[in-house]
Amino acid sequence: MGNDHDKEHVREHDKPLSGPALRVKALESLLIEKGLVDPKALDAIIDLYETKVGPHNGARIVARAWTDPAYKRRLLADATAAIDEVGFGGSEGEDMIVLENAPKVHNVVVCTLCSCYPWPVLGLPPVWYKSSAYRARAVIDPRGVLKELGLELNDDVEVRVWDSTAELRYLVLPERPAGTEGWTEEQLAALVTRDAMVGVAKVLPPEATDR
Amino acid sequence: MNGVHDMGGMHGMGPVVIEKDEPVFHAAWEARVYALQRVSSFHARWNTDMSRFSRERMPPAAYLAATYYERWLFGLQTLLVEQGLVTAQELATGRAATKAGEAVALRVSDVAARMRGRSSARVAAEVPPKFKPDDPVVARRMNPVGHTRLPRYVRGRRGTIHIDHGVFTFPDSNAMSRDPKPQHCYSVRFTARELWGLEGIARDSVYLDLFDDYLDAA
Repeated sequence: MGNDHDKEHVREHDKPLSGPALRVKALESLLIEKGLVDPKALDAIIDLYETKVGPHNGARIVARAWTDPAYKRRLLADATAAIDEVGFGGSEGEDMIVLENAPKVHNVVVCTLCSCYPWPVLGLPPVWYKSSAYRARAVIDPRGVLKELGLELNDDVEVRVWDSTAELRYLVLPERPAGTEGWTEEQLAALVTRDAMVGVAKVLPPEATDR
Repeated sequence: MNGVHDMGGMHGMGPVVIEKDEPVFHAAWEARVYALQRVSSFHARWNTDMSRFSRERMPPAAYLAATYYERWLFGLQTLLVEQGLVTAQELATGRAATKAGEAVALRVSDVAARMRGRSSARVAAEVPPKFKPDDPVVARRMNPVGHTRLPRYVRGRRGTIHIDHGVFTFPDSNAMSRDPKPQHCYSVRFTARELWGLEGIARDSVYLDLFDDYLDAA
């Protein structure tokens, strides 16, 4: 590496990381002054990801797959198109794959290289998904990680870990819990959690969610 | 690059802790930096692979100490200067030396369509696949100093083609020289035993999405 690069490194080390708020404010002002950014567009993007895009989207997909066998077939065959049918798509969800959990197969999703995550159906990733611990351990010790998070799998269950190393984005279709026969899509969607759609939890039966 | 971002299989990172009722952003600046990155990319001076590479180049000690959005801030500042949207001087002083010229900022009325828009890395090109499902393959032993999406933990390991996803932009060349080098991307299955030896559970496996240029016939 050249001297300039080394200087960059030294300077970055010297910067206190405690002041990102100040640095971001300065950067935003600069980009607005240069005419590169409209602050109202920033507000709109933040509002979109804080209030509209989130795991409730994915929950609708899951609930629909649980109640509509034809939809489930389409979802497993071409997830991008089936998710688009319900009205979701866009950045970080351009090429979707849905992984179906079953009594003897458990799927869990990670991105070891950064934190790739299916934004249109799950929203922005939570801190635990982005943590070094999860990125490091999900591939080498998935059962240990799941156990730590409260999900102990039997030895006869096959664990499939999906490392999102390219532009495919993964959504886990959890097993429908017992005791939900005759439930509507809306009722079922309310049971489905973000963590179950990443594969670090199961969707709990209705009585268990009251605890 | 063989950076600290390539974390798969590392030890010592501690427990995975899920925060209850976690907010989307933990501070207002996190939301701003996320949105700034999205709006800045509208100027089309860089692609997704260049964005990832900008964050991977954060010095390792700083990378490990940083939060996710601190890494985004580092990457965004890096790209803005490297791709000429702002100068290093402007970044240091916080004062614009010149206006951006003909560049037009993303308008608020276009945000929804932009976020909903498809910018798939899938390429409509007729490129023959090197492999087909069930083919045995081995991930190349390669150590590029530039961007790559082939993690160290699978290099030299044997796997099986699970699905052919079709033709996609190749991240390594797209990040370094904007050369999309379209080629097939596959879901490749590696057994836990192949990756981790006896520590791996015989029943389990890890699937990675890998490109033709990462694979050889086994």
